[in-house]
Amino acid sequence: MPAGIWAKCPRCRNLIYRKELERNLKVCPKCSYHHRLTAVERVEITLDQNSFQEYDAGLTSTDPLGFESYPDKLSEAQAKTDQAEAVLTGEGTIEGWRTVIGALDFYFMGGSMGSAVGEKVARAAERAHAQRLPLLIFSASGGARMQEGVLSLMQLAKTSAAIGRLHDAGLPYLSVMCDPTTGGVTASFAFLGDVILAEPGALIGFAGRRVIEQTIRRKLPEDFQTAEFCLQKGLLDMVVPRTEMRSALSRLLAFVGAPRLVPVQIEPAPAAQP
Amino acid sequence: MTERRPSPAADLDRQLADLEQEIDRLRRRSREHSVPVEAEIAPLMERAEQLRVQIYTHPSPWHIVQLARQSQRPRLLDFLGTLCSDVMELHGDRLYRDDPALLAALARFDGQPVVVIGHNKGKDTKENIARNFGMPYPEGYRKALRAMRLAEKFRYPVISFVDTPGAYPGDEAEERGQAEAIARNIQEMSRLRTPVVVVITGEGGSGGALAIAVGDAVLMLQYAVYTVISPEGCAAILWHDASRARDAAAALKLTAEDLHALGVVDEVLPEPFGGAHREPDATFATVREALQRHLQALRTVPIEILLDRRYEKYRRMGRILEESTQSAPSLQSSRSLAQDR
Repeated sequence: MPAGIWAKCPRCRNLIYRKELERNLKVCPKCSYHHRLTAVERVEITLDQNSFQEYDAGLTSTDPLGFESYPDKLSEAQAKTDQAEAVLTGEGTIEGWRTVIGALDFYFMGGSMGSAVGEKVARAAERAHAQRLPLLIFSASGGARMQEGVLSLMQLAKTSAAIGRLHDAGLPYLSVMCDPTTGGVTASFAFLGDVILAEPGALIGFAGRRVIEQTIRRKLPEDFQTAEFCLQKGLLDMVVPRTEMRSALSRLLAFVGAPRLVPVQIEPAPAAQP
Repeated sequence: MTERRPSPAADLDRQLADLEQEIDRLRRRSREHSVPVEAEIAPLMERAEQLRVQIYTHPSPWHIVQLARQSQRPRLLDFLGTLCSDVMELHGDRLYRDDPALLAALARFDGQPVVVIGHNKGKDTKENIARNFGMPYPEGYRKALRAMRLAEKFRYPVISFVDTPGAYPGDEAEERGQAEAIARNIQEMSRLRTPVVVVITGEGGSGGALAIAVGDAVLMLQYAVYTVISPEGCAAILWHDASRARDAAAALKLTAEDLHALGVVDEVLPEPFGGAHREPDATFATVREALQRHLQALRTVPIEILLDRRYEKYRRMGRILEESTQSAPSLQSSRSLAQDR
């Protein structure tokens, strides 16, 4: 969004006082459209103040295939977002619950997953594992990053395998899908959550609308691939408005986190009577 | 759009396409009017063969894409019929329906029980329509997972044959959770407690391929391709020009040779000159030998070690730059190639 006192809601076209929009976590007070957030904004509104400790800040992708203009696109994205890559990872607390957190940044090359995004997500999962913490990932992505070719595709395997190890260790993984979550990110970690949440109105799907319409030679309904549509089709657990997300996550962490994270005391079995 | 000069390879292609069209035209005329045209066709056929030799001596990535999509290329049923005995097909995902685009079967390879899964592309239009051109719905992937669970239960190895343009991009596939089905398979294959050998035989179309392609050994036929997006799709998105598919094919590094160099494929299986369809028996023999060798080696590895190796293999894939976090005086000087394998 451009800077200024007033912001225009892309959905209802109303002018909104920017401060009011920000106070409302960038949800339009008129039509409740959820504006897209940067990864930094996402982490800020989710974690307790000053609790965030970033992981792997300097980790970026390189240009493994020598792909036309990819280095330029990477530098542009870095300059635009002031981030090294399309995912921000670290740890912090939500209403006191410690968690490892990741947030994809749609403003960084469409939140696309190349080697660095895959690596940061896998490391976040491994750190959650090592510290016996829950993992929470907010997705917002157009999918795999084409400019890294099949190496991007392999990040689906890398991230999914790392999350598989969390499951094996009995550690919780919460996935939140934000607008938009599509392609390779849906076909890997975003759909592997123990509990899957989504923001209202978020576009969620594997294939793009245009590709599907060309394939089936029909127009798709307006609400196709929205969070609400996915909920109705049984693909998600809940759609949670942004203003209620923190409390929903904290309640979930209390459920899935508490029994696992507190060492279990086992009473010694009483000696059998002869 | 700037004017693009066709590459020499493109020139050869065009000449070959023109010749093939001319041969077809003559043949049709011959049929329709019962006139002999053999004398006219023979030199054209000879010239076409010369062109093919020129093209396939050093095929460009785009030619390799064409070879991978060749309609007469050996398919899953050919491999299954030649390499395996005692084949019993398994049907259905137990949830929705049986997806003919993906085949699952119990079989014997070298006399030993195995579970075979694979994309079931056809060879002609009729077969392809019946099997959705080898593009599975979620139920196809779920059937594959069910079969892999059987393999795990009985500790039989899984052999997976990959040949798909991609997962089917239809509305019903989306509604039934195409993304979830693929994600689930990828995750479960990464920790399946039995050896998994993957053979990419034709088109390895993105997530739709990877959903049955995570394994201890990933083998790839020389003229198969494996890619995150089709060259046409890549060109359309990046350059808004699908006709630049040839350039995208080169840029995407999707050939077996490229992928072996990138560490994504463990072994490249050589094909006969001009492609697997020219001498299918030679191709079957190559695949049989490689499968025997890999399965034999994997059988002796204790399962926990096998799983750790599989995890580490995928864990290392990719290339990253990592700035040292201790002291970062300037971005340029402190970056190092941390993971260049």
